[in-house]
Amino acid sequence: MSALSESVSVDNVSVRFDSDRGTVTAIESISFELARGAFLSILGPSGCGKSTLLRVVADLIPPSGGDVSLFGSTPAEVRKRRDLGFVFQDAALLPWRTARQNVELPMEVGDGANLAKGGPSASDLLELVGLGKWHDSYPHELSGGMRQRVSIARSLVTAPKILLMDEPFGALDEITRDRLNEELLRIWRETGTTILFVTHSIQEALYLGQKVLVLASHPGRVREMNEPDLPDERGLDIRESAEFVRQAAHLRALLETC
Amino acid sequence: MSERLKQRLLPLTALLSILAIWAAVVHWFDIPEYIVPSPVHVARTLIRDFSVILRNLWPTALESFLGFFIGNLASIALATVFVHWKTVEQTFFPLAIIIRSIPIVAVAPILVLMLGNDMTPKVVIAALICFFPTLVNMVKGLSSVNPQALELMKVLSASKSEIFFKLRLYNSLPYLFAALKIAASASVIGAIVGEWIGSTEGIGALIIQATYNFDTGLLYAAITAACVFSVLFTVAISWLERRVVKWSPEIG
Ligand SMILES: Nc1ncnc2c1ncn2[C@@H]1O[C@H](COP(=O)(O)OP(=O)(O)OP(=O)(O)O)[C@@H](O)[C@H]1O
Ligand SMILES: [Mg+2]
Repeated sequence: MSALSESVSVDNVSVRFDSDRGTVTAIESISFELARGAFLSILGPSGCGKSTLLRVVADLIPPSGGDVSLFGSTPAEVRKRRDLGFVFQDAALLPWRTARQNVELPMEVGDGANLAKGGPSASDLLELVGLGKWHDSYPHELSGGMRQRVSIARSLVTAPKILLMDEPFGALDEITRDRLNEELLRIWRETGTTILFVTHSIQEALYLGQKVLVLASHPGRVREMNEPDLPDERGLDIRESAEFVRQAAHLRALLETC
Repeated sequence: MSERLKQRLLPLTALLSILAIWAAVVHWFDIPEYIVPSPVHVARTLIRDFSVILRNLWPTALESFLGFFIGNLASIALATVFVHWKTVEQTFFPLAIIIRSIPIVAVAPILVLMLGNDMTPKVVIAALICFFPTLVNMVKGLSSVNPQALELMKVLSASKSEIFFKLRLYNSLPYLFAALKIAASASVIGAIVGEWIGSTEGIGALIIQATYNFDTGLLYAAITAACVFSVLFTVAISWLERRVVKWSPEIG
C-alpha cells in the first residue's frame, strides 16, 4: 500500500442528516484507499449516497464520523489550496459569462489570484476539451455536451490534484457521452490527476475506472471495491471484450441485490 | 414585409384606428367639447399650450425620477440585507407584504399632510410605489441562484462578497429589470397622484385645474404628455436592459 501522503484515504466515514422527520443515515462507515493518479468510478443505485460521499471529500459537508485525508492533508486545506476540482451534473456555468470567462472564474475568487501557479491557461483548456472556436460564446449558445466540456475545463484550470465528478454526463445522449468518456480518459492521462467519478451507468463506470467502488443503499455503504482486469490503454471497443462483458454482468448482479 | 416592420406597423395602425374612431364618434354623436374633445382639438391644444404643458411636465418628471431612484435603491439595499440575514428577512418580509397591500394612492393625502406641499411628498409617493415590486423581485433574483453554482463557489472558497458580486447580483439583473420597467411607469403615476392634492404645478395639478375649468382640451393634452413621458421612461429602461443583460436569450 502506498504511503498516506501519496493517496486518497477515506476512513470509516459516516454522514447523518437531521431533519424534522428524524435522522437519515446517508452513508455509513465507508472506507477505501486510492493511489495518487488513479481513476475511481463510484457506482450505486439512486439515493445510496454517492453525491454525499463526494461532498464530504470536497469539504462541502462535514462527516458525522470518520476521516478523509487527501495526500496527507484535510479536504479543507486541499480545497483552499485549489488542488480540488468539482464537476457537477448540471454544468453550473454562469450564464452571464462567456465560455472563457467561465473557465477563468476559479482564478478570480478566493485566493485564486494569489495561487495562480502557472497552470494551464483558459484558452489551452478550451482547446483541450475541443472548444477552441467557442471561447466567446455564452452558455445559452452552446449544446449540453459543450457546456459540460466548459465545466470540465473550468475544473482543470487550477491544475487540481484531485477531480471529483458527480454524474457529469448523466444528462447527455449516448453518442456524446461516449465521445466525452474518451476525451476524459485522454485528459486524465495528460494531466495525471486523481479522479473520483460518480455514475449510474455500469458501462461508463467500467470503461473509465481502473477501479469501481460499488455502493449499497439504505444506508450507503461499500458493497465491493472492484478491480477489473482491463488494460490501461483502452478504446471504446474494449466494451466488447470478454472480460468487460463478464465484469459488467457481475456489477449488474451486484446492483440488483443492493 | 419584414417581421420587424410588421411589429412596428401593426400597433401604429391600431393606434391610428382608435384615434379615427374617437374622432368619428365625437363628430357623429355631436358630443360637446367640454365632455369629450376630438383628437384634433387635443392636438391643437397640445401645440398651442406646449410651453405650459412642458413647464408642468418638468416637476412631474423630476419627482418620478427621484422617486424611482430612491425607491428602487432602497429596495435593492433591503433585498441585499434580506439575503444575507435570514432572520431580518423572516421578521420584515411578511410585514413588507402587508404594507404593500395598502393602496398607496389612498394614503397620498396623509403623506401630503405630513410632509408639506413641496416636492417631498410626491417623491415619497413615487418611491413607495416603486419600492415593493422591486423588493419582491430583487429578493427572488438574489436568492434563486443555481444551487450547484453556489456549491461551486464554496468549492472555490469564495467569500460572501464574492458570492454576492459574482453570482447573486448578476443572477438578479433580469428580475430587477422586469421590476424597473413596471416601476418606471408606476413612478409617474405616483408623482401625478401626489400633485393632485393642493399642488400648484406639475401634470397632476394641471389635470385638476383643467378639470375644474372644463378645459378638456388641456386635460387630454396634459394626459397625453404624461403618457409620452411614461412610455419614453419605460423604453429607456428597456434599452438599458438590452445593454446590461446581454446573456439572456429571451431579451434582445
Ligand atoms: N441535505 C440533505 N438533507 C437530508 N437528507 C439528505 C440530504 N442530502 C442527501 N440526503 C439523503 O441522503 C441520501 C443519499 O443522497 P445522495 O444525494 O448522496 O444520493 P445519490 O447516491 O447521489 O443519489 P442519486 O444517484 O439519485 O444522485 C438520500 O436518502 C437523501 O435523501
Ligand atoms: Mg447524486
